[in-house]
Amino acid sequence: MGDLFGHDWSSFPRLYAGHLGLSLSAIVVGLLISLPLGVLAARSAALARFALGSASIVQTIPGLALLALMVPLLGGRIGFWPAFVALTLYSVLPLLRNTIVGLRGVDPDVREAALAVGMTERQRLFQVDLPLAAPVIIAGLRTAAVWTVGAATLATPVGAESLGGLIFQGLQTRNWASVIAGCLGSAVLALGLDQLIALFEIGYQRQARRYVLAGLLGLAVLCLPVAGLFQGTPTSAAAAGTAGLPLAGRTVVLGAKTFTEQYVLADAMRRVLERAGARVEIKQDLGSNVAFDALLHNDVDLYVDYTGTVWTTIMHRDDVVPRDRMLGEIGTWLAANGGATEVAALGFENAYAFATSRATASRLGLRSIADLAGKSATLASDPEFLGRPDWVRTRDAYGLGSLQTRQMDSTFMYDAVATGSVDVITAYTTDGRIDAFDLILLTDEKSALPPYDAFVLASPKASKDAVLIAIIRDLASGIDNATMRHANAMVDLERRPVAEAGAWLFEHIKPPPT
Amino acid sequence: MLLEVSGLAKRFGDTPVVQDVSFALQAGETLALIGPSGCGKTTTLKMVNRLIEPDAGSIRLGGQGANEVPAAQWRRHIGYVIQSAGLFPHRSVFDNVAITPRLLGWDATRISVSVADLLDMVGLQPAQFAERMPRQLSGGQKQRVGLARALVGEPRLVLMDEPFAALDPVTKDVLIEDIRELRSRLGFAIVLVTHDFAEAVRLADRIAILDAGRIIQMDTPEKLIAAPATPEVAALLAAPRRSAELISALFKGATHG
Repeated sequence: MGDLFGHDWSSFPRLYAGHLGLSLSAIVVGLLISLPLGVLAARSAALARFALGSASIVQTIPGLALLALMVPLLGGRIGFWPAFVALTLYSVLPLLRNTIVGLRGVDPDVREAALAVGMTERQRLFQVDLPLAAPVIIAGLRTAAVWTVGAATLATPVGAESLGGLIFQGLQTRNWASVIAGCLGSAVLALGLDQLIALFEIGYQRQARRYVLAGLLGLAVLCLPVAGLFQGTPTSAAAAGTAGLPLAGRTVVLGAKTFTEQYVLADAMRRVLERAGARVEIKQDLGSNVAFDALLHNDVDLYVDYTGTVWTTIMHRDDVVPRDRMLGEIGTWLAANGGATEVAALGFENAYAFATSRATASRLGLRSIADLAGKSATLASDPEFLGRPDWVRTRDAYGLGSLQTRQMDSTFMYDAVATGSVDVITAYTTDGRIDAFDLILLTDEKSALPPYDAFVLASPKASKDAVLIAIIRDLASGIDNATMRHANAMVDLERRPVAEAGAWLFEHIKPPPT
Repeated sequence: MLLEVSGLAKRFGDTPVVQDVSFALQAGETLALIGPSGCGKTTTLKMVNRLIEPDAGSIRLGGQGANEVPAAQWRRHIGYVIQSAGLFPHRSVFDNVAITPRLLGWDATRISVSVADLLDMVGLQPAQFAERMPRQLSGGQKQRVGLARALVGEPRLVLMDEPFAALDPVTKDVLIEDIRELRSRLGFAIVLVTHDFAEAVRLADRIAILDAGRIIQMDTPEKLIAAPATPEVAALLAAPRRSAELISALFKGATHG
């Protein structure tokens, strides 16, 4: 467990605070929506059917999809708000259902007696209906709390800060300590909130102050990790001595998608920008289209994308053109569609390539993709590739209809092909595991797979910042394939922290020709 | 007249439940509404304290029309006792009884004195029962708390809907006697809904027999027994008459034998 201590835990308080804040605000607002709605629905069967039906439909949408859908629904906004809206919707079902069930369960004789002794409808609601339904409503609140805290781990890909950051990044960089820390943190928070609500309920029922005090104490304990936020003040260190530097006093937001190379690149770019005096914020683990949407809305200033990705998933082109023309056409398209710009091609390519182990290659006689035609072999790939036109085009060009395809997280593909559990994978050409596992890349004579040159994209707003753009432009052709692959291998194979690989990469960026 | 009810009517959907019901009550007088299930007696009772709003007719209490004040305010001056007692399970006995005085805006001293008095009058020692929760009471004790709750606001009219139906005969007998005594001390009038003629005779000055939503005869118990107006009334009296004859014959036989 050396990496447990080697891992950079400084982000934990921030992610924990984000998780706590996100969950609590979603639960509180969910309650504020569900209670009045439940009160109305308990009186109207039609409204109850409609409200419960809608809430159940929301519940059937997988959490990750619901969160991702909020980004386009909120006009491309990323971060706290889409996650907050999705989680609030998620918390409504248990709260609403239990409010309705609880209110309907109140003895009709008691409700009639309340009016008969002279209460108004309103007095009856607050003095009889809600207190008597409270145990059922609170049971719903506890369910909602556990669900919401759990689902908040999925808020990472839409750019909200939560313990999911530790899980997503840990899964990608195979840092199991980080994954476990994320899961444990979220589990402790969920169970802790659940028990706290129970304590407050007992305190209220028995009118016993000690339960309420214990609950408040527990709440303070749950908030304790947040205090870590205020101990270190990393910004002060960065701010000191930046006077006179070109980007002094400015904040730049970097985006990063959900894999090792993106984390390492973001960390290296952070160092480049901090050297120029900027304060840098990194929003990592963004979904592919989420990152681009965020860029168009200036929620992210800069991030690295790949020509083939933009070409197929954002521009929806399904033809392949030579790489120089592709970069040019992307630039033109960006200018006409929202005003983001391509600033600099970094000099390396992270393409998809069909890779196999030496043993499988000799067993099946594989040298080129064409050799796979008609064979009954298994191809493992990330879900993204199998959904792209790249795959359809490659399959049709080479006649690969006989292959069995399996979706797999990219983290596990390399082990799977090296051990022979699958025959071929779609590897990333900059992944250090190609060399380390001695994998063979199959040649693509028909050029069915498009080029994936890495380049830095700038938001419409950042594009107007000449100083910032000049600094990023200096990175052009600064990183070659071998350098990037080495930096990736430091994380994926040597299990070094992302920050260490980022520092190494920062040192090895080739200076611009003078 | 304390209570004047005239031309009361109510339909649920297409079904007429109460049709042209009129009666009047003097202060301290008790009227029993008797009839088979579904005859409209409970609906009539609930229209008096506006738990059900009538389709037609008028209700006046002490000269004031029912619609001249908000419903909640109207009900605060009318006691209401039901079969299941309908106590608030999350409130103590004291708080259950104190609800109407609090709604009437009495000061705290007057409330605690009145609640204690009433608990005492219904036979529940305040020191022993005030802080109990309803789940800690027997059926008869619950009904007594319900009675105290109905009487504490010093109403001139108390509505009772089958108040004895869930009680065993001995408890019921004692409670009926206690209500008679409370009535003579406090002077309230009662409208009692029951299906039991014997119960009605014990408490009522007059009895109204309802059938299919109409009052078919209203008179003192003596006159009802002497001269039933219709075959329905005669049929309704047949069963209690047979029990009464049999029981009195048995009592006579026991005394003479």
